[in-house]
Amino acid sequence: MGTAVRAKTAPAWHRRRVRIYDREAPLGYLLLAPTLVVLGIFLLYPFLFGIWLSVTDSELGNLGSFIGLDNFRFEWRNTDGVFYTAVVNTFLYTGITTVFKLSLGLIMALLLNQAFPFRRFVRAALLLPYIIPTVLSYEAWRWMFDPTFSVINWLLVNTHLAPYPGPNWLGVPFNAMAALMIVNVWRGTPFYAIAFLAGMQVIPVDLYEAARVDGATRWQQFTNITVPMLRPVLLVVLLLSTILTFADFQGPFVLTNGAPYNSTQLLSIWAYQWGIPGGAISLGAAISLVLFPLLTLVVAGVLFLLRRPE
Amino acid sequence: MAAVARVKVRRPGTGRVIGDRFVGRALRIYLPLLVMLVVTLFPFYWMAITSFKSASELFDFSVSPLWVREPTLDWYRHLFTQTNFPRWAFNTAIVAIASTLISLFCSILAGYSLARLRYRGADTIGWGIFVTYLVPPTLLFLPLTFVIRELHLFNNLWALILTYPTFLIPFCTWMLMGFFKGIPRELEEAALVDGATRIQAMVRIAIPLALPGILAAALFAFTLSWNEFLYALIFMNDSLVKTIPVGVTQELIHGDEFFWGELMAAALLGSVPVAVLYSFFVDYFVAGMTAGAVKG
Amino acid sequence: MASVTYEHVTKKFSTDTTAVDDLSLEIRDTEFMVLVGPSGCGKSTALRMLAGLEDITAGEIKIDDQVVNEMPPRDRDVAMVFQSYALYPHMSVFDNMGFGLKMRGSTRSEITSRVKEAGRILRLDQLLARKPRQLSGGQRQRVAVGRAIVRQPRVFLLDEPLSNLDAMLRVQTRIELQKMHQRLGTTFIYVTHDQVEAMTMGDRIAVMKDGVLQQVAPPREIYDQPVNMYVAGFIGSPRMNFLPVTISDHKAKASGLELNLPKAPGVEHGVLGIRPEHFLPNVSDADAAIDLKVEVLEVLGSDQYLYGKVGSDDLIVRVDPQLKVDIGDRVRLGLDMQRLHLFDAGTEKALF
Repeated sequence: MGTAVRAKTAPAWHRRRVRIYDREAPLGYLLLAPTLVVLGIFLLYPFLFGIWLSVTDSELGNLGSFIGLDNFRFEWRNTDGVFYTAVVNTFLYTGITTVFKLSLGLIMALLLNQAFPFRRFVRAALLLPYIIPTVLSYEAWRWMFDPTFSVINWLLVNTHLAPYPGPNWLGVPFNAMAALMIVNVWRGTPFYAIAFLAGMQVIPVDLYEAARVDGATRWQQFTNITVPMLRPVLLVVLLLSTILTFADFQGPFVLTNGAPYNSTQLLSIWAYQWGIPGGAISLGAAISLVLFPLLTLVVAGVLFLLRRPE
Repeated sequence: MAAVARVKVRRPGTGRVIGDRFVGRALRIYLPLLVMLVVTLFPFYWMAITSFKSASELFDFSVSPLWVREPTLDWYRHLFTQTNFPRWAFNTAIVAIASTLISLFCSILAGYSLARLRYRGADTIGWGIFVTYLVPPTLLFLPLTFVIRELHLFNNLWALILTYPTFLIPFCTWMLMGFFKGIPRELEEAALVDGATRIQAMVRIAIPLALPGILAAALFAFTLSWNEFLYALIFMNDSLVKTIPVGVTQELIHGDEFFWGELMAAALLGSVPVAVLYSFFVDYFVAGMTAGAVKG
Repeated sequence: MASVTYEHVTKKFSTDTTAVDDLSLEIRDTEFMVLVGPSGCGKSTALRMLAGLEDITAGEIKIDDQVVNEMPPRDRDVAMVFQSYALYPHMSVFDNMGFGLKMRGSTRSEITSRVKEAGRILRLDQLLARKPRQLSGGQRQRVAVGRAIVRQPRVFLLDEPLSNLDAMLRVQTRIELQKMHQRLGTTFIYVTHDQVEAMTMGDRIAVMKDGVLQQVAPPREIYDQPVNMYVAGFIGSPRMNFLPVTISDHKAKASGLELNLPKAPGVEHGVLGIRPEHFLPNVSDADAAIDLKVEVLEVLGSDQYLYGKVGSDDLIVRVDPQLKVDIGDRVRLGLDMQRLHLFDAGTEKALF
């Protein structure tokens, strides 16, 4: 901080000390240090520790001994196909909801990109499901799906869309899975919409004007300008959303918790059930660890689908 | 403020096309918007009116359940006098604020370092931080219980304050990198030539200019910690240290018995802080998404 | 006040991109030196190395007699005006101008008096409380200059400071900068791609191309005695006409012209260089005359330019605006033999 004159006459040790902070590498690492420490202790270490746990017979508070791949073997063979159900459900849950969130999000963004009164208010309102604590809004949904006092069924029956008493939402396997997906789409769509909207707003207006002069229809403008220009946004949003949906816990936990009869079982819920209430931490770790290669596979798939066209 | 201006400046769509009649517009825009608004907002409406219904009215579907006939504050009174809800709200706030501050501190420094400084390994580390998305809490919570046990932090809010940053920091760092990259390099170079050290250039030039981004990151971090459920569910067993999401789902439901009025009252109250915060700063929120999604 | 010396300075961004190649240049105390060249010629990199914003790959840069290669920017006591002005958007004009002094630990009253003084010189007194975004382009530019002068640095570095101004303001600011230089008596190093700025402002001009310094000389000399075709073509507007010629002994032959050279250049293939302004309306010497077939006319009021062909070569000629010419006309013009340049067609170096 010394003046130029002072710095020039400063003793050699002083100048050396000052210079260290000017070199970018030490400063770079120094600034990264807090992040690396936090992530190291609470992310990297538990991750590696989890891998070790999965090959032991540990319980909470009791580090077990090495048992090889027994936990994984148990998962596969001794759970009456629940493992298989959980894997399939996890993929279905992610795949189907992603398709809906993507298309509905795109439509929502297209609508929000129009000029209409109270646009700011509408935009804020449509984003609400994404902001409100998941567990709390899911409790409202659970109440709406109540077996006897479902307001959804009341509406369906009174508008003659369904015969009395209406579907049993959370008690029948197929319905329960559908309910899970509906609520996930309800919550996730705004995220897509806002990201797409942000992407659309940086597309230069002249592109559309040029296309209109060239005689492109609204649909042609959409497929030839909007969609290609949204590709980078799409990539990021799809990556984040698929990862979060794949590992989703709180929503399914509140709404079905795997019921009825493990039919809506997901890997995340199943790992919890074994690990915490069940006390078999190492088995739980083995189950949740299965998420990792599958997740990597999904991410690779998304990256492959959206690779830069040659 | 820059971010707000940026968002506002953008034109709302391509505007009205010549020959676009009102009826066409209504069918194409207003009708679908209306449907989406109804579907989006209905659960919140249902949450709200439920919380004001009396016990008898709650389960009376003989007349339309879509309105309250005799509004009552019983459930709210009950929530504040008979349960630990005020305590949960306090805990949630403390945890959200503390973990947001820690995450912001770490990710401002890390985001700046990765976006601005040139050194070996910066790209790899940046990539590594992004890859942590592949290790979501669902994968970590079981081994983490051991770590928390080792640190004797069960039933201690510090367990949450320290673990939430694991998913907040990567997100905030990534978002802030976008903001820092958007600040012209020359501004800091001018400061260096003007006599500032590298750190002074960061503190006096880059960080003040990234303020909209920092606010957006803070908003995201606060919302995410306010909403977090899994870690809080596992690490907090004592009723007095629970957060709102855990307290509401664990203590307002007794076996098969659902206290819907109370549950919805708590859900509504638990949603209000984030909803209010968010309605004030919706533009920063969108700007944050833009920085992450568009520039990323 | 200080002199600046570049000694064999090289900057490589990677093994195969060399931005500045073995630059040796001495800038005298209080001199106004202009580095000029097209974009990507290394002129800005040369300036940024002096400011300490880029590492030096090889060679030495000295301010006075002190090697500054390893010195952080803040200790070099130089001030820089950036092309984008780089005004701190979150600070008022006053704080922008006072930032450098504040970083150097000046007292509040000292900062105030020096910023006010600079504000008065630059006609910014009324604007000191404003933020940069509330200023016009010209005002921003003056703030950027003001931020540099309050520091009273040893050397002023200006990186294309006028390129974001409109044409009229650019001329006006050019003159103001020259006055500023005279008043301050400090060394100025000015980077530009605009040869008019270079010619009008520089005590000396350094022309660069592809990282290599081509010529350093006062404007007059650069104009009159360019060392190679590149410098000859870069300085002067419209640019110098180049006519390929074959030479035998004293005789040079182009497609539509033949003339006797004052001396035998000793090469077979040359390029004849004639500036548009160096044609004579009255042909006295039959030896050095051309017939220009006019294709395009440009009347600028003070000047008239004829674009046409001599033989198969394109030629631009400046003539008296009063001269009545039509497209398609053949105009007979003389060459000013004193102003003729000849370049070696292979090396492009000036022969005379």
